[in-house]
Amino acid sequence: MTASTKPRWRFRRPSVLPGFGITFGYTILCLSLVVLIPLGALVVRASGLGLSGILEVAADPRVASALKISFGVSLLAALTASVFGFLVAWVLTRYRFPGRRIVDAVVDLPFALPTAVAGIALAQVYAPNGVIGAQLERIGIKAAYTPVGIFIAMVFIGLPFAVRTVQPLIAEIDKEVEEASATLGASRRATLWKVVLPPLIPAVLTGFALAFARGVGEYGSIIFIAGNLPYVSEIAPLLIVIKLSEYDYAGAAAIATIMLGISFLTLLAINLIQAWSRRRFGYV
Amino acid sequence: MSETAATTFAALPAKPDTPRSAVTEGRAVRWTLIAVAIVFLALFLVVPLATVFVQALSKGWETYLATFREPDALAAVRLTLIVAAIAVPFNLVFGIAASWAIAKFEFPGKSLLVTLIDLPFSVSPVVSGLIYVLVFSAQGVFGAFFVQHGIQVLFALPGIVLATIFVTFPFVARELIPLMQEQGTAEEEAALTLGASGLWAFLTVTLPNIRWGLLYSVLLCNARAMGEFGAVSVVSGHIRGLTNTIPLHVEILYNEYNFVAAFAVASLLAGLALVTLLIKSVLEWRYAGELAAGGRH
Amino acid sequence: MLHDFDLDVRAGELLGLLGPSGSGKTTLLRIIAGLDFPDRGRVLFGGDDATGLPVQKRAVGFVFQHYALFKHMSVADNIAYGLNARKRADRPDKAEIKRRVGDLLDLIKLSGFADRYPSQLSGGQRQRVALARALAVEPRVLLLDEPFGALDAQVRKDLRRWLREIHDRTGQTTIFVTHDQDEALELSDRVAVLDRGRLEQVGTPDEVQDNPASATVLRFLGDAVEVEAIAESGQVRVDGRPVPGVVSPAGLIGPVKLYVRPWQFQLTEPSAAHLRGTVRASHRSQGRQRIEVERGEGRPLLVEDFDGERYAAGHPVGLRIVGGYVFA
Repeated sequence: MTASTKPRWRFRRPSVLPGFGITFGYTILCLSLVVLIPLGALVVRASGLGLSGILEVAADPRVASALKISFGVSLLAALTASVFGFLVAWVLTRYRFPGRRIVDAVVDLPFALPTAVAGIALAQVYAPNGVIGAQLERIGIKAAYTPVGIFIAMVFIGLPFAVRTVQPLIAEIDKEVEEASATLGASRRATLWKVVLPPLIPAVLTGFALAFARGVGEYGSIIFIAGNLPYVSEIAPLLIVIKLSEYDYAGAAAIATIMLGISFLTLLAINLIQAWSRRRFGYV
Repeated sequence: MSETAATTFAALPAKPDTPRSAVTEGRAVRWTLIAVAIVFLALFLVVPLATVFVQALSKGWETYLATFREPDALAAVRLTLIVAAIAVPFNLVFGIAASWAIAKFEFPGKSLLVTLIDLPFSVSPVVSGLIYVLVFSAQGVFGAFFVQHGIQVLFALPGIVLATIFVTFPFVARELIPLMQEQGTAEEEAALTLGASGLWAFLTVTLPNIRWGLLYSVLLCNARAMGEFGAVSVVSGHIRGLTNTIPLHVEILYNEYNFVAAFAVASLLAGLALVTLLIKSVLEWRYAGELAAGGRH
Repeated sequence: MLHDFDLDVRAGELLGLLGPSGSGKTTLLRIIAGLDFPDRGRVLFGGDDATGLPVQKRAVGFVFQHYALFKHMSVADNIAYGLNARKRADRPDKAEIKRRVGDLLDLIKLSGFADRYPSQLSGGQRQRVALARALAVEPRVLLLDEPFGALDAQVRKDLRRWLREIHDRTGQTTIFVTHDQDEALELSDRVAVLDRGRLEQVGTPDEVQDNPASATVLRFLGDAVEVEAIAESGQVRVDGRPVPGVVSPAGLIGPVKLYVRPWQFQLTEPSAAHLRGTVRASHRSQGRQRIEVERGEGRPLLVEDFDGERYAAGHPVGLRIVGGYVFA
């Protein structure tokens, strides 16, 4: 037989497997109808307002305060979730104890539990007469119906992100590296700080960013516990719902655009962290 | 030096307890950390979950069961099942098609496509609902068209289904894409060289290889579809007995201070969540190798 | 990427495609199978043009490098796959399929393994199942991609001999790809040497070893030392002395490169030698002696000699060249 292959430009590399055209076409069709066109509608609406229009909405004191609460509290909650999430991930991968698998499964509860259910449950538990709320009340902390309640709900939904992003990396740590560090005379603490933790930083940051983004956008698990007092405990997503119920579509679109902008920046940050991590540590 | 070392070594008495490993923490530290982790998880996750069931049953089984004899509650359950029965298969077919095109073929712009498919995960649920309101409301982009033709999208089943599809859009695809990529194309090629048609190869080789990943992702997709609150809340219009899904019904009951009923209805969803978690964990333990690594969500 | 070439495979032969990684040998195999597509050229099976034929219709048996066994199917189901995939009219009945699977299991000496799953088999066993699966469809040509690439040295040797036996018994036209010269030379009826997408030479193992078509083929088939030489009137001279057994190609006159195998050197008195140097190191292995000879500049020469007189480092030696290759 005679043969020769020379690269010629084609959209996809030739393959014997069939079905590329139909599956690719269907994918693009669904993506366009479900995601791109509706999101495009928001962009169209927002560009109708213009940058000045959006800033004008953002400058409204109630909107500004809601955005500040959403972003500020989410930042604190993501920080908390990251610290405890790391601890949980470490304990789950490094230590053996009875019930470990159950604890491991419980971590995903916020993924599986519908947000409205989580919302009313958290409100009940942390209310002044609730199981934990009453104890907090005794030491002078009002949890439900204050920003503290928002914080609690955001930690709840952010926790699995913090745990699940670092957990596989902790599991992959090469024990020989730790042993090498120990044979070179490093104390356990020095080994942890200098050898074990640094490669985990990108994953911790990614988990933090994911928890933060999720917290900012969260609605269902927060509104029941937050009390929703304007200027005090009103979050940005709730304000969108309020604007919509007042048929103020422009205002709702403006707030949504600001929130989308921030989530894209967060996504970008995650990608940058991962690109850096790949360069620096050779993995994501 | 080596001679002294050898002597010392031989002279060492057997130590009563083994020295602690160089690669773990002391016993006390270990148990403290475990305790902190468990207490933290208990306070934030387990106590709220338990509360749902405790509150639901606080007035006894009779009251609990009575909640579900309410026509509004039944209507909510029915609507939720219908929505999931449309949204989940839609995303299943989409996910299989997308992962086949993306994982088994090489073409430019692939990572952009994956990012776009993932997009709904990074959009706030409320914004997810809002974009459909902007498209279909009377002043919306296509609203006029639908209003003219008398098709009610918002505050009706189509809107709820669309919003649900949006928020669960990436579930199946993002589990199957890495899974199929990991598996490569050699087995399909082998099937083709043995004379199988493309469809036959897909059914007898590809599908069995991804079955656990498929089940896993459908499970999570379904849990989210039945439990979605924010996005559905925006597009549903909260019409009792008509456009209320279970989560929305929970909200209404709660806001009416009908706490026992709210928690009773919520316990349905909490039960679903527990079953989902259980099956998910079993799949992860037994078939870890047949799920996409790190594809948990 | 492949350049233009012609390659004829004879019915019933076992042809080895030999080449370094990236030489295009796997691509060629996949083109024959219909898994990859040439931009130009044709694939003919016994005179029929198969270029436009989809992979399913080519009737090839392809054994993948990592076997590509169907993980979720038993050994018997794997082997029967090709028969079960046929349209109802062409499909043998259940009993017939069962019988053929049984025969193939006997052939690959895995009779008791019908109900095992691929994950329960060793690498060598998987390899054999992959082969049986490919043979089950009675292919016109059997294609094997690095058939022993993923196996241990010992299993490799056993399977090589076994594959040769199977081939002798079935007379199945077979093409296999390898980057291992020993494997290609031991197994093949004929060897096709590929390099960077070009077909360098096709011939029996003896032909390619005795008369390599190019320096590339020569070097790929074993170690060789380059020696500066002069070609004139049919002879090749090194340091003024003719090299026995080497005939320079017609019309070639002037400085040339002479390629000498390690065993084409003999150690002699420095005065009667083509080359001179000092021994840098020597070691013995399997009845042979390998000596590194230093010659002032350049890399030391590697010379092979019978395990006779030992030479200490620093010992001055002369090297007589008793063979070699010159290319136009």
